[in-house]
Amino acid sequence: MRELNLPLTPEDIASLQAYDQVLLTGKLYVGRDQVHSLLYERLLRSESLPIDLMGQAIYYMGPSPAPAGKVIGACGPTTSARMDPFSPLLLDHGLKVMIGKGPRSQDVVDAIRRNKAVYLQAFGGCGALYASTVKSSRILAFEHLGPEALLLLEVEKFPAIVAIDSLQGSVFTY
Amino acid sequence: MKLAERIRDALMHAVVELDEDVLDLIKRAYGQEEREPAKAVLDAILKNLELAKETGLPMCQDTGLFLVFADVGRTCPLSFGSIEASIMEGCETAVQQAYFRRSIVAEPVFDRTNTQNNLPPAIWWNLVEGSGLTLRILLKGFGSENCSSVRMLNPTGGKEAIVEAVRQIVQKAGGKPCPPIFVGVGLGGTMDRAAYLSKRALLRDVRQANSDARYAALEQEILASIQTLGIGSGGLGGTITALHVAVEQESTHIAGLPLAVSINCWADRKATITWKEGEDA
Repeated sequence: MRELNLPLTPEDIASLQAYDQVLLTGKLYVGRDQVHSLLYERLLRSESLPIDLMGQAIYYMGPSPAPAGKVIGACGPTTSARMDPFSPLLLDHGLKVMIGKGPRSQDVVDAIRRNKAVYLQAFGGCGALYASTVKSSRILAFEHLGPEALLLLEVEKFPAIVAIDSLQGSVFTY
Repeated sequence: MKLAERIRDALMHAVVELDEDVLDLIKRAYGQEEREPAKAVLDAILKNLELAKETGLPMCQDTGLFLVFADVGRTCPLSFGSIEASIMEGCETAVQQAYFRRSIVAEPVFDRTNTQNNLPPAIWWNLVEGSGLTLRILLKGFGSENCSSVRMLNPTGGKEAIVEAVRQIVQKAGGKPCPPIFVGVGLGGTMDRAAYLSKRALLRDVRQANSDARYAALEQEILASIQTLGIGSGGLGGTITALHVAVEQESTHIAGLPLAVSINCWADRKATITWKEGEDA
C-alpha cells in the first residue's frame, strides 16, 4: 500500500503500475456527467474553465447531502465509462489523474498513455467509507447542478487501486 | 404506526443496512475469494457497511430510484388512492430524514430538472389473494441499471440460449455495475413483462430458489456460467462475479421467448412492508 500526496508528480505517475493499491492525501476535484459535458464544450469553444486542470486529479462522484455536523454525505465513485467521450480532451489539456469505477474506452486508454496520466479505481458503492476520508468539501462551479456540481475536496488516505497505468498495464483483462 | 411511517422507517433502514440474507452472501464471498485485489474490494465493502451503520450515512451515495411493487389483496379495505398517498409520503419523508441524494429528474431529455425529493416512485400494482397488502421496494442504483438489458430470444432456443444471453449481458457490464452483482432474470410474457419479472426476481429472498425445480436448476446453471467470466469484485478479476441469480417466469406467445436481465450492484437494498386488515393505515 503506497501513500501518495496530491497532486501526483510525474515521477509518482510513472512509477504506478496496474493493481497497485494507493492511499491519496491532498486536493481532488469532483465532477461527473454534466460537469464533463460542460468542460468539454468550453474547451471546444476555446473558452476558459472554472478550474485549472494542469497536473490535477478529478473524481467521478456525486455525493448524498451532508447531515448536520458532517463535511459530506456518502461519496463513492460513479461509473467512469459515461465520462469516456469527454476524458481524452481533458487529458490533452493537462488532467493527470482520473478516479472512478469500471473499464474505459480504447480512446481513453490511448489518451492516458499519450499524456502520461493514470486512471484509478475507487471502491464502488463504498459511500460511507469514502466520507470518512474527506476533510473538507466546497462547491467551485455549476452549483445549479445540485449533486452533480463541481467540487473541491480535501482528502486524507483516500484508498484506490491503479486500474490503467501510464505504460502498458491495465486491470481490465476480461 | 401509520402505513406511511412504516414505509419511511423501512426505507431509512434499507439505505443504511443490508438485509441479513444479502450480507451473508457478501461475507461468504469474502471468505471464498482468494485473488487480490478482489478480496481487498470485498474487505472495503464490509468496512463500508460497518461505517454506514456506525454513522447513519447511506452505504452508497446513489440512493437509487424507488421501485415499488404493491401486492394488494383482492378484498383489502384500503383504497388504491390511500395506499398510493402513503407510498408517496413514506418515500418523501425517508428522503428528507435519511439524507438520500436527490437523484431523480422530472423529464429524461431536455431540461432534466431535479424533482428535489426523489419522487415520483415507479409503482407496479398487482392483485393477490386475501385482504392484506405487501409492499416490496427496491432502491435501484443506476450504475447497475444501465447494464440491464432485454433480448427477444427464439422460442426454440431453450435454456442454452438463455444462459448464453445472460452471460453476454453480464460480460458487457464488466466492472461497471459494482460487482459482485445480483442478477434478476425475467422469462416469458412480452418485452415489458419480462423486464418486470426480472425486477421481481431481484426482490426475492436470496435464500430461496425458484419453486419449480427446473428453473431452480437454471438459476444455478446461469450463476455458474457467470462465475467463469472472471470479472470479480470491482471488476478487477476474481472468481466471484455474481452473488445470486433469481429467475421468474410466466406464460408467453408461441412465437417468442422474451428474456430480460436486471442487474443490481452488491448494495442490494430492499424494504418489505406488510399490512394486515385491522392495522393502522
